[in-house]
Amino acid sequence: MKLKLHVWRQKNKAAQGRMVTYDADNISPNMSFLEMLDVVNEGLITTGEDPIAFAHDCREGICGSCGVMVNGVAHGPQDATTTCQLHMRSFQDGEELYIEPWRAKGFPVLRDLVVDRSAFDRIIQAGGFVSVNTGSAQDANATPIRKSDADEAFNAAACIGCGACVAACKNASAMLFVSAKVGQLSLLPQGQPERQERALNMVSAMHEEGFGNCTNQYECEAVCPKQISTDYIARLNREFIKATLTYPDAKK
Amino acid sequence: MKLDAKIPSGPLESKWEHHKFDLKLVSPANKRKFEIIVVGSGLAGGSAAATLAELGYNVKCFCFQDSPRRAHSIAAQGGINAAKNYRGDGDSIYRLFYDTIKGGDFRSREANVYRLAEVSGHIIDQCVAQGVPFAREYGGLLDNRSFGGAQVARTFYARGQTGQQLLLGAYSALSRQIGAGQVKMFPKTEMLDLVLVDGKARGIVVRDLVTGAMESHAADAVILATGGYGNVFYLSTNAKGSNVTASYRAYKRGAAFGNPCFTQIHPTCIPVKGDYQSKLTLMSESLRNDGRVWVPKTKADKRAPGDIPESERDYYLERKYPSFGNLAPRDIASRSAKEACDSGQGVGESGFGVYLDFADSISRHGEEQIRARYGNLFDMYERITDENPYKMPMRIYPAVHYTMGGLWVDYNLMSNIPGLHVLGEANFSDHGANRLGASALMQGLADGYFVIPYTIANYLASSKLEKVTTSHESFKAAEDSCRKRVGQLLSIKGSRTVDSFHRELGKIMWDKCGMARDRAGLQEALKAIPKLREEFWQDLKILGTNEEINQSLEKAGRVADFLEFGELMCLDAIAREESCGGHFRTEHQTPDGEALRNDENFCHVAVWEHEGDATGPAKGHKRHQEELVYEHVKLATRSYK
Repeated sequence: MKLKLHVWRQKNKAAQGRMVTYDADNISPNMSFLEMLDVVNEGLITTGEDPIAFAHDCREGICGSCGVMVNGVAHGPQDATTTCQLHMRSFQDGEELYIEPWRAKGFPVLRDLVVDRSAFDRIIQAGGFVSVNTGSAQDANATPIRKSDADEAFNAAACIGCGACVAACKNASAMLFVSAKVGQLSLLPQGQPERQERALNMVSAMHEEGFGNCTNQYECEAVCPKQISTDYIARLNREFIKATLTYPDAKK
Repeated sequence: MKLDAKIPSGPLESKWEHHKFDLKLVSPANKRKFEIIVVGSGLAGGSAAATLAELGYNVKCFCFQDSPRRAHSIAAQGGINAAKNYRGDGDSIYRLFYDTIKGGDFRSREANVYRLAEVSGHIIDQCVAQGVPFAREYGGLLDNRSFGGAQVARTFYARGQTGQQLLLGAYSALSRQIGAGQVKMFPKTEMLDLVLVDGKARGIVVRDLVTGAMESHAADAVILATGGYGNVFYLSTNAKGSNVTASYRAYKRGAAFGNPCFTQIHPTCIPVKGDYQSKLTLMSESLRNDGRVWVPKTKADKRAPGDIPESERDYYLERKYPSFGNLAPRDIASRSAKEACDSGQGVGESGFGVYLDFADSISRHGEEQIRARYGNLFDMYERITDENPYKMPMRIYPAVHYTMGGLWVDYNLMSNIPGLHVLGEANFSDHGANRLGASALMQGLADGYFVIPYTIANYLASSKLEKVTTSHESFKAAEDSCRKRVGQLLSIKGSRTVDSFHRELGKIMWDKCGMARDRAGLQEALKAIPKLREEFWQDLKILGTNEEINQSLEKAGRVADFLEFGELMCLDAIAREESCGGHFRTEHQTPDGEALRNDENFCHVAVWEHEGDATGPAKGHKRHQEELVYEHVKLATRSYK
């Protein structure tokens, strides 16, 4: 396969970025998208041009490191797939691809296709946990959990924190990300004691990081590689409203 | 070199309990006076950092990923073992201990493995309390599945994403401590050197992967939880960033390295396809609960799998190992696959593949049931291969997955350098010559949650630790040598890319030090690797500077260490004149092709010591031995027949 790539190049956080065009020749349909970029980079290094920086690590769709916009779609055209698991057979020979980083106020570009997603870590630090110290747990089977609740909690817990939801949203909202963690823990008995504080604190951290609110566009669900449902956003809204009744001063 | 494993005396069952009482404590008021550095934020590092912070220590945690949640533990699929005996199928702490010792082909320490089995149950309790959504049955209790090398179902799981869920549990505990200010987290920061003051580990030098700044950090103790070195083979199931640098730098500073040649080749991975391939993808061992492994009986049979009748298939694992069948341990299943392919029965374009067939299970349980168990794995397989495993069997082949070798540690998980502790895959202690499935998660979390919090207190309370700051000359010297090295890498300005060197090294390692090894091949590798290393330092091409995000530079530093470390692995493999577990020397096998141990001469840990200056090339590597003493288990020929 031969492709024409238009890639966002930006030297560092402060620099001005721009699209640069490259030819990608000798591409096999069995290559992953990142392997295609590897091949392009080997060529660039040989000709003396800086290789394209992109985030990646596990290359099996679970670490959440990778993620670029391909023709305006987060993680590219295939449903329920991270960029590393996207394969070139999803494209046509001769196709032109526009490859860009996630774009959101909360995710500043560090270089080329690499963005800073530390905002997600800070949102989790605000309340995405159960406060239980090591060693103080009861026997694992002491509290049975309804299978359907456990399964639904798992569906939310599958979030890999890649940020595609934010990149796809016109409001750059992180509601799907936040709702996945709030949803998981509100479904489980272990999450009950801190349920309300968690919803309030995580939503407030999300605002502080510069992410917008949900206006029911469902773009996030459409690009989520783990197919996390916007039902969790509805659940988050419910959790948040309930919590503001307990803590009326919390709602800014 | 003095090697004291510090194994407590007394009966096996009470060693840990008594030892915990004998260990010195640090009082709650004094804990805040100590600084601890944790390098790595996976299951071992994340759980250790969180727990030590909960106890009141001041913790600094470092990872090269952009978030601690992305450590490679996240990719573990199948499950975590624990001797809970919730099934009532005859499991016990002693059985998990015995299975692990036997699975490791009698090359691990009894006391360490027993402790691992002993704390395994607490791990499950802790994770459930954190909100880890393990698989459950309709009654609301936890479900289990079986894994290789065991005849009981003791593996807890969260679909095919158990590592992810456990890591997110540890990450949430760590995040809570970061939020509370008790842990200072340094993501996108890579450790480049270990700093010793008066012979004790007192800090590290790191490089900020965004700005290139070199910085020192001082502490009272250093914990390395930096994972395995499978990427020395270039193609492996490890994440692209996984590397040996932290361990190897510690080795060059005097830390002993145990059994470097012990590598686990996992039997069920998606076969290699094309020269551009950047990594291999694992298909969880749990699939062997329901999948049957086979090859055509006839050589070079090009028929589609569906056209080959039952009578012309060789279900070789079921044939050779009837009592364990498809759940034979990893080393054995891998070697059998290699044998089948080497004899010409392999399938797929390259001939390096065997079938993993779910047809029987799908007709027995229905497609829905199979989808519920392994849905994400089947989807992943289809995305990569463009074949639907519900309709036709998967094609799989062994791939490098895990390294049992690692930095040598005593019972307290401390290396021979006082103050340097090593946890998880980065140490050598629990898995012998072969790790059983679902035991890596168990060991990482056991070390981090339930061992190091006790043993590190003993070190801190019983050592006289002078106040040390980063203005100490040892820090300055280490920083300078790191800067110099980066400068050297950037100044070569040759013609070959880092990846091309890494691929070439990987091919040497896979061909000569992979699934089957022999003296002649290892000797060739020992000539080829130094030659390649020399070429690397003369002809490497890296663009850009240190003071920016420079992914080629990051890779180059790691590959430079792999180019030295690969040699150490080959030296270890050539010195161990026996076959055991994943280390298969073709000169040493039974008439029916099984690993032939030599307990008389090799029932020991090979412990390597670096010779020469820490900042220069190695002058040599010296081999020491830690004899393994078996008081409770009788050394036996491992049989899964």
